[in-house]
Amino acid sequence: MSAVATPMVEARGVLKHYGRSQVLKGIDLEVLPGEVMCLLGPSGSGKSTFLRCINHLERIDGGELWVDGELVGYRQHGDKLYELKESEIARKRAEIGMVFQRFNLFPHMTAIDNVALAPTRVKGVQREQALVEAREMLARVGLAERAGAYPAQLSGGQQQRVAIARALAMHPKLMLFDEPTSALDPELVGDVLEVMRRLAADGMTMVVVTHEIGFAREAGDSLVFMDDGVVVEYGPPREVLENPRQERTKAFLSRVL
Amino acid sequence: MTHGSEPVKAVPVRHPWRWVTAALVAVFAANALWSLATEARLDWDVVGEYLFSEQIVDGLMVTLMLTAVAMLMGIVLGVVLAVMWLSPNPLVSGASWFYIWLFRGTPVLVQLLFWFFLASIYPHVSIGIPFGGPELVGGSSKDLIPPIVAAIFGLGFNEGAYMAEIVRAGIGSVDEGQEEAAKALGLSRMQTMRRIVLPQAMRVIVPPTGNETISMLKTSSLVSVIAYAELLYSAQLIYARNYKTIELLVVASIWYLAFTTVLTVGQYYLERYFARGSSRYVPPSRIEYVFRNLFRHRRPASEGEA
Repeated sequence: MSAVATPMVEARGVLKHYGRSQVLKGIDLEVLPGEVMCLLGPSGSGKSTFLRCINHLERIDGGELWVDGELVGYRQHGDKLYELKESEIARKRAEIGMVFQRFNLFPHMTAIDNVALAPTRVKGVQREQALVEAREMLARVGLAERAGAYPAQLSGGQQQRVAIARALAMHPKLMLFDEPTSALDPELVGDVLEVMRRLAADGMTMVVVTHEIGFAREAGDSLVFMDDGVVVEYGPPREVLENPRQERTKAFLSRVL
Repeated sequence: MTHGSEPVKAVPVRHPWRWVTAALVAVFAANALWSLATEARLDWDVVGEYLFSEQIVDGLMVTLMLTAVAMLMGIVLGVVLAVMWLSPNPLVSGASWFYIWLFRGTPVLVQLLFWFFLASIYPHVSIGIPFGGPELVGGSSKDLIPPIVAAIFGLGFNEGAYMAEIVRAGIGSVDEGQEEAAKALGLSRMQTMRRIVLPQAMRVIVPPTGNETISMLKTSSLVSVIAYAELLYSAQLIYARNYKTIELLVVASIWYLAFTTVLTVGQYYLERYFARGSSRYVPPSRIEYVFRNLFRHRRPASEGEA
């Protein structure tokens, strides 16, 4: 990776509050192309909120946030900021894949229709072409034979893999994972993590909010420990996990490891 | 059945109060029937004579047409208003709020009369350049708003306000994560609404819409006040001539009951259709429910005897 590459995600002093409660208190982070960054931390630490800011599901209240060299939610002209139109925001979101804790598959559509929906409706791909690609995506997550199943007929792990295929079908340049395995039965977690590992190995840029320490250690390039809206510790996963420097990181890890 | 298991044999719970209440209901019912047959001066021959008369059947057709058209208008308006209500544009959502406030806040009877008498304040209506500019099409209100249009406007616009609330509740029932997932994929607000949210809202929207249709069938009788010959007004026209008031009201009621029954059955199957996959419990129809409970305490007993 060259040192001058534009970061895929760059955050400088990002602030976010809901009413009076300050959720993000100045986040500075950088994710390089091809990097897999894992966000770790207790619930309420702001890691999911930060993830949702990246594709503008949440609007930031302060600081600056760039994705692939472009400001999130705004356009800069001279020293003035202009808010983006809804259609422009939608176009940028289409380039970022997101996987949710509770899958959020569309229950009234089959697995393959879930995957083919956005390419046809957002990118204008012909339906036949989109179905062919959707089948490939499902094969990539090991679910080619369940293409015709409705979400309710799939296990949680299968649903989450379909959700990953749905995001990949848009050929995103960045994938966001919001606790992708937290709602799964323990024996189903492995399949989903395996798909994510392969994705990481293929060079996908990924920001992953997770409690899976093993995944963070093996597949992650960097690890961020967040607590109470700030980045407490940042570094290569092994370093942070084995030799945490901050007391809060130590206390958290001693409880989850 | 697992090998060695015996079916449960138990004396069912006795329900003495059911027999007491059943006896009371039977006495009242018998008394009502007896008085109707012997004391009331009700001419059943007149009822039979007019039940299928041309004027009544024509009126019935008008009632059914009004119900269908007004409901269609109400549903379309309701969806549009509900989507407008949720718009981030405050003017658009404000317009929706105002519409619902106005049309739900005044009696439908008043609205029917209003449309009917509109010609008295606006003798001439037209489409053209606003503020008195040249007009493209126009004409006398009396010609453009005959009673049938006044009836459809009165019922349809009012229904739109109620349907808007029903659709809004339906949209609100869809999990927020659905909208988020659609947004994250880059779908626009309208695409999200049409492809993702509304199809899932149907399960919540359909049952009350069935209720509204049944209600509309009966509410359409209000149209009689603007002298439009639907079922009730047709009956009124006949009893104005022959003074067989109650008989003709019975005729009209029989038709209303017949079609609400048909609609109720239709609603039950629609509900079952939209509930599939979402719940293991399928609601029994009311008749099914009554019969199930009537015979429930007998079945285990007879099985025990066998």
